[in-house]
Amino acid sequence: MKPAKNVASLPPIDDKVRDAVLDVTARLKDQPGALLPILHGVQASLGYVPEEVIPLIAREMNLSRADVHGVVSFYHFFRTRPAGKRVIYLCRAESCQSMGAAKLEQHVKQRLGVDFHETTTDGAWTLEPVYCLGNCACSPAMMVDDELKGRVTPESFDAWLLSEAK
Amino acid sequence: MSITVYVPRDASALSLGADAVAKAIGAEAASRNLDVRIVRNGSRGLYWLEPMVEVETSAGRVAYGPVQPTDVMGLFDAHFLHGGEDVLKLGLTEDISWLKSQQRLTFARMGIIDPRSLDDYLAHDGYRGLAAALKMEPAAIVQAVTDSGLRGRGGAAFPAGIKWKTCLDAAADQKYIVCNADEGDSGTFSDRMIMEGDPFVLIEGMSIAGLAVGATHGYIYLRIEYPHAQRALEAAIEAAKARGYLGDNICGSGKAFHLEVRMAAGAYICGEETSLLESLEGKRGQVRFKPPLPAIQGLFGKPTVINNVITLATVPIILDRGAAFYRDYGMGRSRGTLPLQLAGNVKRTGLVERAFGVTLRELIEEYGGGTASGRPVRAVQVGGPLGAYIPASQLDTPIDYEAFAAIGGMVGHGGVVVFDDTVDMAAQARFAMEFCAIESCGKCTPCRIGSTRGVEVIDRIIAGDMAERARNEVLLRDLCQTMVAGSLCALGGMAPFPVLSALDHFHEDFDRSAPSLLNPLPFGERVG
Repeated sequence: MKPAKNVASLPPIDDKVRDAVLDVTARLKDQPGALLPILHGVQASLGYVPEEVIPLIAREMNLSRADVHGVVSFYHFFRTRPAGKRVIYLCRAESCQSMGAAKLEQHVKQRLGVDFHETTTDGAWTLEPVYCLGNCACSPAMMVDDELKGRVTPESFDAWLLSEAK
Repeated sequence: MSITVYVPRDASALSLGADAVAKAIGAEAASRNLDVRIVRNGSRGLYWLEPMVEVETSAGRVAYGPVQPTDVMGLFDAHFLHGGEDVLKLGLTEDISWLKSQQRLTFARMGIIDPRSLDDYLAHDGYRGLAAALKMEPAAIVQAVTDSGLRGRGGAAFPAGIKWKTCLDAAADQKYIVCNADEGDSGTFSDRMIMEGDPFVLIEGMSIAGLAVGATHGYIYLRIEYPHAQRALEAAIEAAKARGYLGDNICGSGKAFHLEVRMAAGAYICGEETSLLESLEGKRGQVRFKPPLPAIQGLFGKPTVINNVITLATVPIILDRGAAFYRDYGMGRSRGTLPLQLAGNVKRTGLVERAFGVTLRELIEEYGGGTASGRPVRAVQVGGPLGAYIPASQLDTPIDYEAFAAIGGMVGHGGVVVFDDTVDMAAQARFAMEFCAIESCGKCTPCRIGSTRGVEVIDRIIAGDMAERARNEVLLRDLCQTMVAGSLCALGGMAPFPVLSALDHFHEDFDRSAPSLLNPLPFGERVG
């Protein structure tokens, strides 16, 4: 990636968002290969990487906006829109398939009323597909934020969702 | 004197409620005024028995499992703290035949030690490999790894010693050791177990690699789906730094080695070594052309050794016990042991470390106890999503790199996923292409476009009439050949293997009439 000059002025962004981003870039930008750690930092701080901070990150890193956009859009984990309060990562990979993941997937989508990459209307849950959580000995698996669950069935999913609602 | 109780902190054990069990044991012990010390160990790898609780007794460690919080009061009533009888009692852990028949070298300490305790690691032969390496010349360390016959455990099975030698011979002001901890293959979890259950062995292995090739900085590129491993590694790195096992002067030798964990961001392709290096450099994870080899021009353009977690975690025992000790295990050109991961539709899932040569049948029937559903085994996928589907008729194939290559399969990272006879192999073939389309880095056309066209052709085969099917099968096989021969890396180059194996061994699944409501088309992710 060639360093590029950002001649265009930065689009206006919220002060709080700018401060959060600058706080992350100031901390991390001097390490080699800093862009992924910075994007992780921004997503951890704001919950997502808003499109409007990309020019700011680019300027701080001395990269082009296209470079930063290219990286953000390449990786499944980075999101440019806010997620629900919690994110459910449902495994779709082979080991889970062998234990009924397709049926579970259908059930979870119906139960939450969303497809993958969507957020429930009340903003409580975002559903994301994932390809292996390393819990293949206890398939089917899902992860809620960073809480791993194993041997999930449609029934146990409903019971868990009910317990979360309380 | 306090009684030591072990409750795993392994992510899979946690996914089955191990935290609640530990809490219940603590609370029950407090209410009974008993002095209990709870150690959060790694998992022994007997996942059908997790959460598995162990108690230290004068006769050895006694296991109970699977334990749920509601069982805890009963266990105390049964005097489990003194090895008392209970329906959940499994006997002495080391006598459990599933464990006893294994040959645990890389996993020697797994589930035994407290992964947060450097003292525990040292008390169980930890850092003996590094001590030996510190007395050796770099070339001698590389020679030991070469002589051991250790091949890359990530999947490609490239001899580790040759990779190291290439890097050692490259002159540069800076070299790197990179650990590929982007364990993305479905059915695999041995890297995760090592990082969570015995993280110091990986740190030690990387330090030895640093001494061997003259690298002073290491990175562990860890997948974002492994937050528990991240915490375990970061704690271990801090502990190793504090005691002088990492830093500017490791063990007073004057040699430096620094280590840090870098988090990935959910791209399967970043498990491919050159794409991983791009990602570490802060770029899109796009595959590089080879040559130059990473060992000559790798991370930030510098000579880099990039190895999988298991490869690096096996180095300490080779240096400690000698190359010959390790090489004496195994068969043919596959030397040593392989931590196999038994997953999917299996009654007794878990980690089986055995010398190369054990057959799939022995693994699935004797260790696995058959399918979890009780139905017949129909297909086994070995080596992750790019591995061929092996039919039940080939279960006597020994686990050996060459034997698997001979039947068109691959051992890969050692993941074994079992399917029973309800599996729809046409749907599995479609998924292989779908997965490749979602995860393709987009750099080369056969992979980027071929995978999407592959999904479409398989859909037409499933939906079409006889004539349409025959025409499209020719097209699909041709497309697979183009991907195998023309892709830049293993993703596009191997995604056709599960497809072709499904066509070859399970052709009847493509011949069924158009899908009915009872048997709908697999619905999945948008592709293309």
